[in-house]
Order: sequence, then structure tokens, then C-alpha cells
Amino acid sequence: MAEKILEIRELKRDFKMGEEVVHALKGVTFSVERGEFVTIMGSSGSGKSTLLNILGCLDKPSSGDYILDGVNIKNLDRDELAVLRNQKIGFVFQSYNLLPRTTARENVELPLLYNSKVSTEERHERSLKALTAVKLESRVDHLPNQMSGGQQQRVAIARALVNEPVMILADEATGNLDTRTSYEIMALMQDLNKQGSTIVFVTHEPDIATFSSRTVTLRDGKVIKDVKNEDIKSAKDALNNLPVNDDYR
Amino acid sequence: MNLSNLFRIAWKALLRNKLRAFLTMLGIIIGVASVIAMTAIGEGSKKSISDQLSSMGSNMITIRPSSNVNVSGGARIGASGLQTLKPQDVDAIAKGAPDVSYVSPAVQTNGQAISGPNNWPTQLQGVNADYFSIRDWGVSEGTPFTKKDVTSSGKVCLIGQTVVSNLFPNGEEPVGSIIRFNKVPMKVIGVLASKGSNAFGQDQDDVIIAPFNTVQRRFLGITYVQTIYASSTNENTSQQATDEISEILRKQHKLPANGSNDDFSVRTQAELISTMSSTSQLLTVLLSAIAGISLVVGGIGIMNIMYVSVTERTKEIGLRMSIGARGKDILYQFLIEAIMISITGGIIGVLLGILVSRLVTIFLSWPTFITESSIIVSFIVCAITGVFFGYYPALKASKLDPIEALRYE
Repeated sequence: MAEKILEIRELKRDFKMGEEVVHALKGVTFSVERGEFVTIMGSSGSGKSTLLNILGCLDKPSSGDYILDGVNIKNLDRDELAVLRNQKIGFVFQSYNLLPRTTARENVELPLLYNSKVSTEERHERSLKALTAVKLESRVDHLPNQMSGGQQQRVAIARALVNEPVMILADEATGNLDTRTSYEIMALMQDLNKQGSTIVFVTHEPDIATFSSRTVTLRDGKVIKDVKNEDIKSAKDALNNLPVNDDYR
Repeated sequence: MNLSNLFRIAWKALLRNKLRAFLTMLGIIIGVASVIAMTAIGEGSKKSISDQLSSMGSNMITIRPSSNVNVSGGARIGASGLQTLKPQDVDAIAKGAPDVSYVSPAVQTNGQAISGPNNWPTQLQGVNADYFSIRDWGVSEGTPFTKKDVTSSGKVCLIGQTVVSNLFPNGEEPVGSIIRFNKVPMKVIGVLASKGSNAFGQDQDDVIIAPFNTVQRRFLGITYVQTIYASSTNENTSQQATDEISEILRKQHKLPANGSNDDFSVRTQAELISTMSSTSQLLTVLLSAIAGISLVVGGIGIMNIMYVSVTERTKEIGLRMSIGARGKDILYQFLIEAIMISITGGIIGVLLGILVSRLVTIFLSWPTFITESSIIVSFIVCAITGVFFGYYPALKASKLDPIEALRYE
């Protein structure tokens, strides 16, 4: 049996809204093994975002356990969580969140700047390697506003890769992109997954889920479906099958 | 997180907003530059006053008559009309005060000096040969007069540079010629070295100096002394010398030894210097206060911009936190940004302040003197300003919730 990258047990998260207590997560249990490509599906209000915040170590559960790469985050304080995020998680956001007026390379280097063990040479080397992995080696010195949305998201993915995390956590990473670019990003994700990256991809688009190896569906703070995807579609094929865009021809 | 990375992060963040960083800096630049320039002007005037006063002879002691304090009834008379100092007082001081190295009586009168077709209104001073040592005043041509010239009421004189240029405008040789002062002819035996103007703007070269007895008897026809000049053996003994002179004069004038009824006043140059300096000290303090206020205003500018910056960059802060920045990393980043703004502003301000001081000297010919302390103090104040006004915005940034911050639009 493969090694468990993350394991959550009976995870609950309550929010106090004035007098009322909102139960966002009502006991979620599942685990992700190394090398999996898991999509977490759910409509808005399903507790998807709350789960994502906890998986990303930005928030702590009210009760239950979350064990990330052997560390139970229940016992960690704010600063220790930050270090954990820095070393074990690579975030990819819907809105890219690149620093404006900052080159692609500098954006990618950012997580390494918060890791004092990485020297300047190593930082340059690793950022170039990460940008090469997303096929942007020719755009290292471009600024975000000189790149397309898909390119910007690839820079963001390179930033998520650069600290060699145990898990890439993507939050609606294709939400701002058109279908073609979405498929390009998913093809990249599948490549990274084949090379060994564990990916947890939060989305509400069913066709995105078809590219993953497993889909966990949430509703009202509970897991209602957790199925292995027997027929994983290739994003590259999907890309090739798209009708040729001749709007501007 | 190491410090060099923090500096790199802060530096890059500042570079992303060059214009805003510069405008924020401007408050500090103006503040520091004005501190430097203002204190330079204040210190410069202080220094030039004390330089000029010591050019009069730094050990000089001036004795003038003064009204008895407890004379009852009747109008009190101004010092110049008093006749309490006598030539015998001068002799007594010369003999009886060990810490006094030179002493000279002095009388003066104004009048018209004439040489051939030229004439010039000037001042005639009667002193003895010690006067030149007291005033530290040499002759540039000819020789000073001697004791014998004084005792014999010799009709000789030394003339100042201003008098030379007015009485001998065509470059005639003044030494050896005869000039007349108030119709009395005198032989010019020397020309005084130039002294320039004194601290009060008076031209010290516009003078004719003749032997004391000559002026006192021939020109004024009086028996008293208007002023006595003396000098102490060195700068440190001026207080002892003053005390000795006061004691001798009280004995001479048969006055109470406690000084309650003195009919003279003794002033040292050091006192005058400290009086004048304290005036310009006040000027320095006032100017620095104004400059200091502008520094505080600059600091508030930094605080304001840092607050705006924290709000504007909320999303960036959220991102940094999500990729592993701890609260203190964010705190230090913003603190370092604030300090960088204030320190860079400080450096530019110091340079600008030095430049302004130079320009003031060149174009307004005011003396300026830049003190190291003003540079060091304004620099330290800058750093403190950066920390003080940068801390609260930075703290606010570091306390942000990463989830909220990421969602911020």
C-alpha cells in the first residue's frame, strides 16, 4: 500500500456567526496517497472552501485530525503552520496571485526567500528548473502583465513546484481560464502528476474532474461520494479534439 | 528567514512603487536637509562671532567706569561721562596684578584727518605701547611707537588701512608723511595691519592710534582715562586677572572690598563671547526645532503611506503568508520598508542639507558650519522615525488572517 500524504479523520469546523453556530464541516474523513490526483467537487456552500483552507494549513479544524506528511497540525501554532505551508504545500489560486511588476522568475523564487536554508544560487537554479517544468523558460524575465492568463497560471504552478512540496493544492485553478487554456493547464497538471506530484484540485466543474484519478464530492459539509476514476481522460487528447478556433482568421 | 532575504524582499517591494516611495521619502528628505542646513547656519554664525571676538585678542580685559550703584539722589551719569579712572590706576594694575601681562589706558576722540588735498572723518585713539600686544595687533609698515613717545607726548601716529586708502588714494607712501588731525600735525610712523570689521560690523581699520599722553593732553585736554585695556597672561588666568584688577581698583578708589559700590566694570572677552554665542545658540535651537517639526511631519507621511500600502497590498500579504511567510516575516518586511524609506531619505537629506549650506555660503555669503553631531543626530532620528512610524502599519499587516487577506479585493 502506498504512503499516505494526508489523512483526515472526522474533521469538523464550526464558525460562530454572532449567536448562531454554523457547521461548515460535519465530520469529513478521507486520505490521499502519494502520487494521486484527487479532485474535490462540490457546489458552493458544500464546505469545499473550508476544507481547502484546512488542507492548506491556513485554518485549523474545530475537532478531528489532519495529518499532513506525518505531522498532526492540531499541535502547531501560527508560525509553525507557516513553515509547514512553506515546505510541504504548493498553492495554485484561481486568480494566479502573482506579484505585479515582478518578473516571472522573482515570483517563482518567492517561497524560497522565506526558506533560510536555500542559498541564492540554489534559489536561481531551482526557479529556472520550475519554470522549465511549466515550459516558460523563455519568459523568465517577463512581467505578469506581459503574459496571458494561461502563462500567468503556469508561473503560479512553477511557484507551487519550486519548494518541492509533498502536495500541490489547487483552488479552482482553471476558473478564470477559457476551455482551451483550462485543458492546457490540466495537461500540465497531468504531466506533473505522472512525474510523481501529488495533486489535490478543488473545483466545481465536472469535466475537470474527469482528468483526475479520483473524485471526492462534498455536500453540506459531508463526503457524499468518493470514487476512483477508472477511465482517466487525457487532457492532451481533449485539447486536440477541441474545434479549431477560427474567430480571427 | 534570514535578514538579507528580508532586505531583498523589502527592497523589491519598494522598487515596485518607485514614485510613491520617493514622494514618501520627500518628507524625510526635506526634514533632514532643513535640520542640517539650519544648524549649519546657526553654528556658522556662532562660530564667526566667536572667531571675530577672539581676533580682538582673546585674553583682552576691558575696564570701563560705571555709575556707583548706591549713589542716592540726582541723575545717574552714563559711563562715557564718568571720570573715575585715572592714569595712576593703570600704573597700579601694571605693578600689582601678577596675572596681568599688559595694560594700557585709552582715550578716544573723533575728528577730521587731513593729508594734502584729502580728508577723512575718523577716530583717534590714545594708548600706550602695550595696546598692540593686548589687541594682538601688528604693523604692516614702519614701527609702533615706544614708551618714550608716550611719556614725551610725541606727535607721532599709526594709521589703519581704511585711513590709508582714504588719505593716500594714489598710493603715496604714508610712512614718514605728516597728517593733521583736528588741525594738529602728526608724523605717520607706521601703518597698522588689517583687522577687518568686528563682530558688530564696525570697521576696525578706520582708526588712527597715537601715544596716550598726546591724545589725552593735546587733543582732549583731560586728566582722566576713558577705558583701560589689559590682558591676562593666558586664557585660563583671565578670571584671576579680573579679580586682581577689581581689588586694586577698589583700593585705589577707596571702595568697599566686597564690590558693593564699584565705580568701574571689568569685562573679559570670554564673557562677551559667551553672551554672543548664547544668542546664536538660541537661534540654532529655534531653527532646529522648526526643522525637527518637519521631520516629524515626514514621519507621519511615512506612517500614512505604510497604512495605505498595507491595505492596498492585503492580497499580496495573504499570498506571502500562504506560501510560508510567518507573521514576523511580514512585520519585518514592512518595518524594513519603512526604515529603508526613512534612511534613504536621510542620506539624500544629509547630502541636500550640505549642498544647501554650501549654496547659502556661496550666494548669500553667510557663514555656515556643518557639525558632525547634526548629521549623526538627524540620521538617528530618521532611523527612529522609520521604526516608530513604520511599526504600527507593519504590526497590522502581520496580524492579518491569511484566509481573509487572500479573499480581499
